[in-house]
Amino acid sequence: MSEAAAKPRMPDEVGVPDPFQYMHPIMKKNYGKWDYHFRPRPGVLCHVALSGDKIWTVRAGTQRQMDVFTIRKLCDLADKYADGHVRFTTRSNIEFLLADEKNVDPLIEELEKEGFPVGGTGNSVSMISHTQGWLHCDIPGTDASGVVKSLMDLMYEEFVNEEMPNRVRITTSCCQINCGGQGDIAINVQYTKPPRINHELVANVCERPAVVARCPVAAIRPALVNGKPSLEVDEKKCVCCGACYAPCPPMQINGKEETRIAVWVGGKHSNARSKPRFHKLVVAGLPNNPPRWPEVGEVVMKILRAYKENAKDWERMADWIERIGWPRFFELIDVPFVKHHIDTWTYARLTHNHSTHIQY
Amino acid sequence: MANKDFDVRPTPLLDELESGPWPSFVTGLKRLRDAGKRYSPMINDLLGQLEHSYEERLGFWKGGTITVIGYGGGIIPRFSEVADKFPESSEFHTLRVMPPAGMHYTTDILRKMCDIWEEYGSGLIAFHGQSGDIMFQGVSSENVQPAFDALNELGFDLGGAGPALRTSMSCVGHARCEMSCYDEAKALRLIINEYLDEMHRPALPYKFKFKFSGCPNDCVNAIHRADFAVIGTWRDDMKVDQEKVREYVAELGRDYIQEHVVDMCPTRSLKLNEDDTLSVDNKSCVRCMHCLNVMNKALKPGDDRGAVILIGGKRTLKIGDLMGTVIKPFVKLETEEDFEELVEFAGEVIDFFAENALEHERIGETIDRIGLPAFLEAMGVDPDPNMVLHPRQVSFVRTDDFQEELERMRAKKAGKKEAAE
Repeated sequence: MSEAAAKPRMPDEVGVPDPFQYMHPIMKKNYGKWDYHFRPRPGVLCHVALSGDKIWTVRAGTQRQMDVFTIRKLCDLADKYADGHVRFTTRSNIEFLLADEKNVDPLIEELEKEGFPVGGTGNSVSMISHTQGWLHCDIPGTDASGVVKSLMDLMYEEFVNEEMPNRVRITTSCCQINCGGQGDIAINVQYTKPPRINHELVANVCERPAVVARCPVAAIRPALVNGKPSLEVDEKKCVCCGACYAPCPPMQINGKEETRIAVWVGGKHSNARSKPRFHKLVVAGLPNNPPRWPEVGEVVMKILRAYKENAKDWERMADWIERIGWPRFFELIDVPFVKHHIDTWTYARLTHNHSTHIQY
Repeated sequence: MANKDFDVRPTPLLDELESGPWPSFVTGLKRLRDAGKRYSPMINDLLGQLEHSYEERLGFWKGGTITVIGYGGGIIPRFSEVADKFPESSEFHTLRVMPPAGMHYTTDILRKMCDIWEEYGSGLIAFHGQSGDIMFQGVSSENVQPAFDALNELGFDLGGAGPALRTSMSCVGHARCEMSCYDEAKALRLIINEYLDEMHRPALPYKFKFKFSGCPNDCVNAIHRADFAVIGTWRDDMKVDQEKVREYVAELGRDYIQEHVVDMCPTRSLKLNEDDTLSVDNKSCVRCMHCLNVMNKALKPGDDRGAVILIGGKRTLKIGDLMGTVIKPFVKLETEEDFEELVEFAGEVIDFFAENALEHERIGETIDRIGLPAFLEAMGVDPDPNMVLHPRQVSFVRTDDFQEELERMRAKKAGKKEAAE
């Protein structure tokens, strides 16, 4: 091998690429100079610039984890109708940018023919923001793509229409780290048992002080088990969060029956009306039931229906529940309130009702 | 389905995810399996392992250490724990690659990415991961370096992983949104590209994320998800086009505007007048965006635009959920100097984090541990009532220098006023 060939290629640390080289020319021209927008139909936005220029956006749902053939098919459509320019939303929807209004309908027709739902705008249920799951994560309690596919099949009509009181943002997460984030509805793994420790492996695989430090309730301590250095868990203290599993895989937190699903509501990122909120627990202990997770789907659809039928225009899930109160919410979705609904974490007292404000 | 080179793994459970109207990732994986390409056997075994997960309800990937020359992060290594059963997908690593700010693409660049990923990887790409990376999923250890080299030649770079500065996201913003209050893509690129070293050679106590939203609608979820959130806003009066307000009233009716705009204002700052115009009490307005969202043709952010900086957002691990705390109630983001100041402040915060956070502690937790006043002092930022919901309500605090602090802040304020005049 010659010296030149043996010399490794050093990276060109280009960082975040300049978006202007890929941006639609109308967006580039009117950068920072937009006037208003409207939605001619679900899945379509029309933005009008101060210059009078217009750009149409057609938004379609994808499976996020895409094969190159799907991506090339979307590219073919973008070449035909969108001057070869697209972008993606944070929820993995693809957006085609159209200079010409007359391309909107033919593009929608072709997208639908190819099996891509057009929607996700305005007061719809947009694509679920989600994680990797069994397909690629090293610590997942459940799958992500499969759960999302099952739920989006159920909510398809709510994606392609805009019939909700306000936008609905749903997330899923396949462990309690909650990479999916906050949502109007969040579907998250909730472990139910302390980790099962493989004492044979701990000393070789885990940096024990780091694992001890990771526990949020100080339930883990070093121990000698069968003459080997290992770790033990005070199971009375353990909150089954799974935090120890990532730095120490021999502390298996998952189990075929023990890994369960919980549904949370009322998370909200936007500052509109009320301040941003974290989501709150509705129900836990749902089975982790592939390939379609029907029990989870049932709860989610019940919450969606209650929200759709009862909330006022522009109320997000959190705004609506704040108005009607939690007792009425639990009544509407027919879930009894149990002791686990009451927070016990730090500052839990700030979540108590210290007033006579009660909705009878 | 017959395939010449390998026996197709049966996937009865995954097959059930091919029905229904939503696009199926399983169908996509099968297209790769049946393409007769180099990666087809790999995808066949990947489907086999995933089916195995569906049967056992457990994951079977473990991590490891894989990097490219010059970098310490950006690759997510995945080795199969059931490689004996599914040898072709025994290595299935991911390249996290930073997208252009705002996630704009031409079909030309997307096709080139597809070609590269067919040559070296699995043909499976996710647009995008939760941190905003393009995730090139499924590559053998051997092909990591050539795959990266090819993507790097194309003008793309690895994102963050591990205890490092992470890949960032900005909303569509200036490119296509009338509410955008600063150039999000510019802020993102200036900051991330300035501190790339912290991304590519991980040496921080834990992850550090920046996110950039152009207005308080916060479309990239910065307050919840970012250690350092930059969220556009404005200081002067919002703009009201009364003619367009009248058009909304004519279209939707006075009752609708009263109930869904005026009554939903969180600080009761709006009044629908007899003549169908709208009065705004801008001193009370908290710039929540609700009325602008409903009547976007008539109501606009003001001209004195900039951003709020909130620090410390993160999810539950370890001390519980934290949202970002207001640290700078307003920074101007117009001139080059404004942006330079932002980049400089971001660097100071990263330095503080690097020097003071405990291992595996996010900056929100550090602030919680040491107290907000100590953090402000370290950053040289003056306390401001906008940072809190209300002043202290617990008397257990030592206050022997309270009067001196009052004097100091008074003098500072007077000094600032003088300098302004």
